Amino acid sequence: MTTATITAGRSMHDVEGVQVSILRGGSGTPLLFLHGSDAFGDWQPFMEALALKHDVIVPDHPGFGRSDTPAWLDTIGDLAHFYRSLIETLGLHDVVLAGHGLGGWIACELALRNPHDLRALVLVDSAGLPLIVDGVDTFMCSPDEIRTASYVDVARAPDLDDVLRGQQAKNALMTARVAWRPRFYDPQLAKWLHRLQLPTLVVWGAGDAIFPPAQAEVFAAAIPGARTLLIPNTGHLPHVEAPQAFAAGVGAFIDGVRS
Amino acid sequence: MKFIAFHLMPYADLDLSYSEKYDSAWVTLPNSYYDPVKGHALYNRYLDELEFADGLGFDGIGVNEHHQNAYGLMPTPGVIAGALARRTKGSLAVLGRALPLVNNPLVIAEEFSMIDNITGGRLIAGFVRGIGAEYHSWNMNPAFSHERFGEAHDLIVRAWTETGPFHWRGKHYDFRYVNTWPRPYQQPHPPIWIPSQGSRETIVWAAAAERKYTYLQTYSPVVAVKRFLDLYREEAQKAGYTATPEQLGWMAPVFIGETDASARAEAQPHIEAFANKFLRMKTEMVRPPGYLSLASAKAVTEAKAGRGTVQTVDALIESGQFICGSAATVRDQLAAYERTLGFGNFLALLQFGTLPHDATMRNIERFAKDVIPQLRSPLAPAAIGAAR
Repeated sequence: MTTATITAGRSMHDVEGVQVSILRGGSGTPLLFLHGSDAFGDWQPFMEALALKHDVIVPDHPGFGRSDTPAWLDTIGDLAHFYRSLIETLGLHDVVLAGHGLGGWIACELALRNPHDLRALVLVDSAGLPLIVDGVDTFMCSPDEIRTASYVDVARAPDLDDVLRGQQAKNALMTARVAWRPRFYDPQLAKWLHRLQLPTLVVWGAGDAIFPPAQAEVFAAAIPGARTLLIPNTGHLPHVEAPQAFAAGVGAFIDGVRS
Repeated sequence: MKFIAFHLMPYADLDLSYSEKYDSAWVTLPNSYYDPVKGHALYNRYLDELEFADGLGFDGIGVNEHHQNAYGLMPTPGVIAGALARRTKGSLAVLGRALPLVNNPLVIAEEFSMIDNITGGRLIAGFVRGIGAEYHSWNMNPAFSHERFGEAHDLIVRAWTETGPFHWRGKHYDFRYVNTWPRPYQQPHPPIWIPSQGSRETIVWAAAAERKYTYLQTYSPVVAVKRFLDLYREEAQKAGYTATPEQLGWMAPVFIGETDASARAEAQPHIEAFANKFLRMKTEMVRPPGYLSLASAKAVTEAKAGRGTVQTVDALIESGQFICGSAATVRDQLAAYERTLGFGNFLALLQFGTLPHDATMRNIERFAKDVIPQLRSPLAPAAIGAAR
């Protein structure tokens, strides 16, 4: 989808020998958005809103969506190393690194390993730390049940075409591979998140049934100086359910980092 | 054909109305449904049933491993095999231990070696991946199931066959000193059988020329049994050899009555409880993501079509999942299946669901006296599971 001001498109790139599919549009400071357990189909309204000020880059993770599945992919740490390589391969500098769910976990691991070329971190309903309140067990859910649990109002979910439906089993398999045990967290991460020195925004859907919103405070407490943005009337994907509020909150945070 | 009396040891006293409140008899059914006083009686009843079968001329008896459910009360099958070891004479088949679930596969090498030593080489060693639900119950990552199965198998066989100590360096396991005591009684190691629901990767692996393991298709419609046994034979041909019937087996519940009609009527509540209450699981519970490869998931989904929906005794008999009738009917049907499916091992599940003790004992006796003698091959190899 394109508008008069923003041209966005999807293309394949070779990174670390993996053919990775990337949605990209807009101009400005690069904003690398790492998706959660499902890759996106089309360019989304929240990407469009962010692209007014950013070069928005949204890859399908290796093993997810349209990207290839490399034999080496076992852990979130593997993806963190991969995305360091992607940042270098694409020649990105001064990057706003955003991640949702699994993607937030990858972003934390990446930033702890090497924050070079990163300007700020945005974590959205992020995995990575042990849940203090159990949510819906998505591994016990059908794709339709996960979809229902993911939104306060499932009518706001993007359309599910045959291509995306066909990717569900692939995405679920790779999500299990990297996040089954321990369940969506790394015990090492909690020990070292205090070393993170990037300006960080923790965004959470106030009605998240999968990673209940009490978890926002866990991240905020673990990361020095982190700010929290709770978006009302949204679930596990606040960026999809309230794209304008999400983009406005992220925009204000980035502006604050700049000043 | 060789015959093994197989037992799941279900919690037959399960309050079947559980399904009004809970989705499944697995993973999430509260263990307050289990009464240890009844459990004590059940364990001893089931041991009696297996010892009875052993004494009536079955080639062996079989047990297996399940966790955190009412479907099978043998989380540690070695305990049951140990209880059976001294009072039985035939093969003792543990079908099998779930290799990927354990963090140290050497405990299985040790346990199996102990049974093999105590029985003087009557052990048949079954290796399985475990039911998908057990990956929820034990929180083991299903996406590494195949990798862990393969590596654990390699480690156990090496521990059985190579003089220790040696250092095992793998992706999932690392042991500085592998030096299994006791060594297995059978040399080079006990026969290895691979029960499966029909995972393509498992069949291809079992049929490989360097293994030639006996493959068992578990409880499935006949059309699926044929497809998976054919796949094994095709893989054997590709590997340059012809699979023998001794390399193939099938497990199915069986009930024999006076007549076809009376057998069906007597078995109905118990087999329907087995299919609809004890095996009640949603897809995501029985096949969590990653448990099957993307290709295998499609094949197994087709094979298990109907599971999860209410099944009647008539439908189960029609599909061949349940063999039921007079002794003559069961005998004829098994003989026909042997011809069309080409298996040389049949595992008869003679207690299922809520089937009570007296009916189970009659069932075992009828199978042993009225079915086995007529179907036993006069030219059968001396040792069951000759493939090593």
